Amino acid sequence: MEERYALELIEKNKRIDDRKFEDFRPITIEQGIIQKAEGSARVKLGDTEIIAGVKMNIGEPFSDTPNEGILIVNSEFTPLASPDFESGPPGEDAVELSRVVDRGLRESKCIELEKLCITPGEKVWAVFIDIHIINHQGNLLDCAALAAIAALLKAKMPKIVDEKIVREDYEKDLPVVAKPITITVCKVGDKFIVDPILEEENILDSKLTIAVMDDDRICALQKQGKREFDIDDIEKMVNIAIKKSGELRKLLD
Amino acid sequence: MTEAVKEEKVDVVVPGEFISEKAGRKVGQGAYYEGEKVFAEVLGIPRINENEIFVIPLSGVYVPDVDDKVIGCIKAVEISGWSVDINSPYLAFLPLSEGVAGFVDSHKDDLSRFFDVGDMIFCKISKCTKSKTIQVSMRVIGAKKLYDGITIKVTPSKIPRIIGKNGSMISLIKQKTVCDIIAGQNGVIWIRGEDKAKAIEAILKIERESHRIGLTERIEGMFV
Amino acid sequence: MAKTDEKMIVNGKRIDDRELEETRPITIKVGVVNRATGSASVRFGNTEAIASVYGPRELFPRWMQESETGILRCRYNMAPFSVDDRKSPGPDRRSVELSKVIRLALEQATFLEDFPKATIDVFIEILQADGSTRVTGINAASLALADAGVPMKDLVTACSVGKIDGKLVVDLNGKEDNNSEIDLAFAMMGTKKKVTLLQMDGIVTKAELVKLIKLAEQTCEKIYEMQKKSLKEKFKRV
Repeated sequence: MEERYALELIEKNKRIDDRKFEDFRPITIEQGIIQKAEGSARVKLGDTEIIAGVKMNIGEPFSDTPNEGILIVNSEFTPLASPDFESGPPGEDAVELSRVVDRGLRESKCIELEKLCITPGEKVWAVFIDIHIINHQGNLLDCAALAAIAALLKAKMPKIVDEKIVREDYEKDLPVVAKPITITVCKVGDKFIVDPILEEENILDSKLTIAVMDDDRICALQKQGKREFDIDDIEKMVNIAIKKSGELRKLLD
Repeated sequence: MTEAVKEEKVDVVVPGEFISEKAGRKVGQGAYYEGEKVFAEVLGIPRINENEIFVIPLSGVYVPDVDDKVIGCIKAVEISGWSVDINSPYLAFLPLSEGVAGFVDSHKDDLSRFFDVGDMIFCKISKCTKSKTIQVSMRVIGAKKLYDGITIKVTPSKIPRIIGKNGSMISLIKQKTVCDIIAGQNGVIWIRGEDKAKAIEAILKIERESHRIGLTERIEGMFV
Repeated sequence: MAKTDEKMIVNGKRIDDRELEETRPITIKVGVVNRATGSASVRFGNTEAIASVYGPRELFPRWMQESETGILRCRYNMAPFSVDDRKSPGPDRRSVELSKVIRLALEQATFLEDFPKATIDVFIEILQADGSTRVTGINAASLALADAGVPMKDLVTACSVGKIDGKLVVDLNGKEDNNSEIDLAFAMMGTKKKVTLLQMDGIVTKAELVKLIKLAEQTCEKIYEMQKKSLKEKFKRV
């Protein structure tokens, strides 16, 4: 079984696809691939493929932030992407992924939500980020977060003419001022790896997802996985995440 | 006048609490070990002797073990036997060959004439696999169908206390209430006779106070 | 609850008069739902959670059973009256996520291998929400599991820590939660100190994070002693 083999290899400091523990798979980022969307990106981490689309609509602001636009992140674990995904409403993994990606974007304040106000207290721009999984070969979260920020960076704001939205006639860019990068560090035995492929995901003990801002401060943490880790592991994993986030951020320039 | 209540020092341990060094002993039910250290895995009373370290749980479901004598309830009549509810997360199976002596043609005979849904039986756990497939048998001395009477359920780990040393506690209750009482190791107790209510009261009292000293005197005191 | 401009710390004291590293008054009761196999209620100030455990019991449908191990199922739910603006009944995305992370936080400490094909069902209801609901729920659930006699490696103890008005604090109440710069939820096995839940929102430097984790560990140690005491006390006096 490949999974057992993956574990044996890691114990010998190797990985099933010959990568080093701190290497990501080859990453490709394509932006602006969906014409109908205000912003979009297709990101591949090895064979894991995710498309993120940005759509903008006009909505009512939340009562506690009357002058700010709204950000909503949603994800679909589409059945075509994996034999383990089923049709229907989002399961707990899809909900968790949406919420963790959301945290990375929201807490880093990468979108200037105050600039999305149309009429204070009444009308604001709502930014919907929809994450569509196309192929699941491991590490969906990092891929999704990267696709989301990549889509946002090239997103444009539609015009409003006579109170109606005119799409494909873009006025300006969506005001995005930061590039938060999410790195999930995984513990296998006493070793740490990044960007697990599917076989590795099934044998790892625990993971910590860390969202890192441009200045190396951290804006979200989420522990995942079935096993526990030591308190001392936290700092080690954060160090790895900070280092890798710098490398991934360069790909967005 | 209010009675002064004595604070009894009860040695209750919580899950994860250190009990003792292993020192070559067997680590039994309710405890686990890491290296040389033995810890509790349930809330209960630790017991340390020269051969074994274990914890008597203060609560918890019945986990079947081979050779346990239990009281079960027939849940369904199957093709070659009966499925039996033994008060556990696991349903047991009583095969035809273990339920009835002699030859029975299961094609011709209706098995419900031997045991029907709702019948109570006193039987033994004859097989218990690793994935908890359980088989029971009536082909043991003392096994029988239980007619009439009522059953109550208590925490399985309290049964030894309810039975008492050499059966002394349960005999006391049987005698004083003029009842037949059988206590299954699975926490199910069958009672038939005159003063069932008093018997139940005594049994529940033991279940509540099983870890406190002076219990025998208090139970005897109930029948004065 | 909305963000306010109110200062969260005045003269070194918090809005409810606490010190920075002081938890709210904590009340614990074990065995509050007698129909359940095990149960407990925990209050941290005005946040109140009740947890019930049913099982181990046979798991249906059968195809969900794991032949080698039991499973733990968890439902975290907030009562409609638990918050300022009534919350519609039923799970929302937050409850779904919290049910998952709490399940994992408890699972890691449970000997599920002892119960193949069975399930242990944990239900957490938040009756009053004033910040730090998930960690209050975990503290209650861990006690309920012990009360139910479920074999565990350790009790699981949880607390929240964070940063308000530039200062590091423990046990955030609702207002502090909404106005915090950092809000971190932490759960560990009480004696083994292994981390079973870690979630953070906000912006934190690595150095601050290390300090916060230390604070969380120390606070959990105190809460663990209270959990242990409540469990033992249930059986001291009848």
